[in-house]
Amino acid sequence: MTSLPNREPGAPRLGLVIDLDTCVGCHACAVACKQWNDGGHMAPLTDTDAYGAGPDGVWFNRIHSFEAGSEQGGCGSRTTNFPRSCLHCEQPACVTVCPTGASYKRAEDGIVLVNEDLCIGCKLCSWACPYGAREFDQDVGVMKKCTLCIDRIHNETLAESERVPACVMVCPTSARHFGDLADPSSAVSKLVAERGGYDLMPELGYEPTNKYLPPRPRPTLALDERVTRDSANDDLPLHGLLKWADRILAR
Amino acid sequence: MHPAFSIIFFTSAAGAGYGLLALLGLLAPLGLLPASPLFGLAALALALGLVVAGLLSSLAHLGRPERAWRALSQWRSSWLSREGVAAVATFLPAGVFAIAWIVLATGDEGSGSGVAGVAGWITAAMAAVTVYCTAMIYASLKPIRQWANPWVPRTYLALSLMTGALLLNALLGAAGQAAGWSSLLALASVALAWSVKEGHWRHCATTRPVSTAETATGLGHIGRVRLLDAPHSEDNYLLKEMGFRVGRRHAARLRFITRLAAFALPAALSLGALVAGPGALSGTLALLAAAAAALGVIAERWLFFAEAKHTVTLFYGAGET
Repeated sequence: MTSLPNREPGAPRLGLVIDLDTCVGCHACAVACKQWNDGGHMAPLTDTDAYGAGPDGVWFNRIHSFEAGSEQGGCGSRTTNFPRSCLHCEQPACVTVCPTGASYKRAEDGIVLVNEDLCIGCKLCSWACPYGAREFDQDVGVMKKCTLCIDRIHNETLAESERVPACVMVCPTSARHFGDLADPSSAVSKLVAERGGYDLMPELGYEPTNKYLPPRPRPTLALDERVTRDSANDDLPLHGLLKWADRILAR
Repeated sequence: MHPAFSIIFFTSAAGAGYGLLALLGLLAPLGLLPASPLFGLAALALALGLVVAGLLSSLAHLGRPERAWRALSQWRSSWLSREGVAAVATFLPAGVFAIAWIVLATGDEGSGSGVAGVAGWITAAMAAVTVYCTAMIYASLKPIRQWANPWVPRTYLALSLMTGALLLNALLGAAGQAAGWSSLLALASVALAWSVKEGHWRHCATTRPVSTAETATGLGHIGRVRLLDAPHSEDNYLLKEMGFRVGRRHAARLRFITRLAAFALPAALSLGALVAGPGALSGTLALLAAAAAALGVIAERWLFFAEAKHTVTLFYGAGET
């Protein structure tokens, strides 16, 4: 059914919290995601012309880099690396627009999935998603999306410490956190409360589960405190050995 | 949004087919259409032919067309599913109407008129419901501001009525039965559709964008947001499907073509047919009006997709959608 399920009382809302302050934009999460999911629940993640001039393929995780505040000049602007993947919304229009029942939201943990055996490849779900979370697999003719690594997080053959999404597991700066956002006492919920975690495009009313933590504020230097090319190179006051070496070399 | 020809053809052909079908269903029971089985057969074949051709074309858009039947299952939540159900369901009263009307038209006075009347009016209502569902597929998509507004169902319904009325006038002309009322109906429907389409364009031009690069990234508290590095060097599915951009110059030219071919020419030609009175001239003019509108509506539908901006482009350098 593509009608949204009634949430089971006390059921978790599993999702990610992504820290834009610590993300270094290394794309490791995207690569780990591709690696795991190419053999996982939604496999394959088809690539076309992978080694040619126009490579294209299905990825569930894409890393953008933005600059915010460039109009303030110099120290006022911030470069922010921005991983983008499915937010497992509470109001996922990608599910309700699906004509076949292939798209669904799980009542037990809130994960949004696609049943590839029912998908007719009409692409309407990808149009209904404001975040670009869904990518069409031309080769198989069906829509694919992030599963929150459903085949890892509930996988009892893995060590408990590894029952997290591949993107969270691999992140070298621990910018990605996985947990239950319905439980206010969970580590991820505390992180969101502490750091002011926010929703993307809240105005559209999709109520994303995943939250983003904003870059921490940084002190900005006044203009005369900044190191400029002139102050760095000219008329350096030299003392002792350096002054002697400078005199010898200047001869 | 990428203007896929299969969808452009589907919405414009099926729209015209349902428009004509609705008018036949409404007007035949009133005795306004020629009582000849040949006319009935030709008119219904054209209407249902356009509907079937459009529906088949929409299947070409699917990744797995052999599973298309599954799309009839989720009518509780999905406008696409509702459209499929309505389209299939319309064939039922349309079939009864076709048989009753053609039997009735063969001259056995009164034998089928009651059935044709009821079935015809149900067919007309179902045709309107189907076109409305088609429009709501687009109007229910919040990430596309140009679509998620009430002007979209208005435009789809008005254009469907207009193309149907122009086809009906052309059919009557071809049958040598051009009538003043049908030219007047064509003229009025063109005027209605034109004003509604201008209303849609005005709405898109004057309403403020809901989402921006700042709300998409949540970094607006720092300042204006611009894309520094895209995640990938080549276009992916998202950019090919939803990142389509129509050049401003082309958009202006296509709007001119739409205004001319879909509205101005059909209006002028229908007026000509009205003034000329019954005869070969008015028949020819009505035929030309329908032909111009076919071209114009395809241009309109192409623009409908090409000018629609999806919020995913905000992550790829668009400032606002």
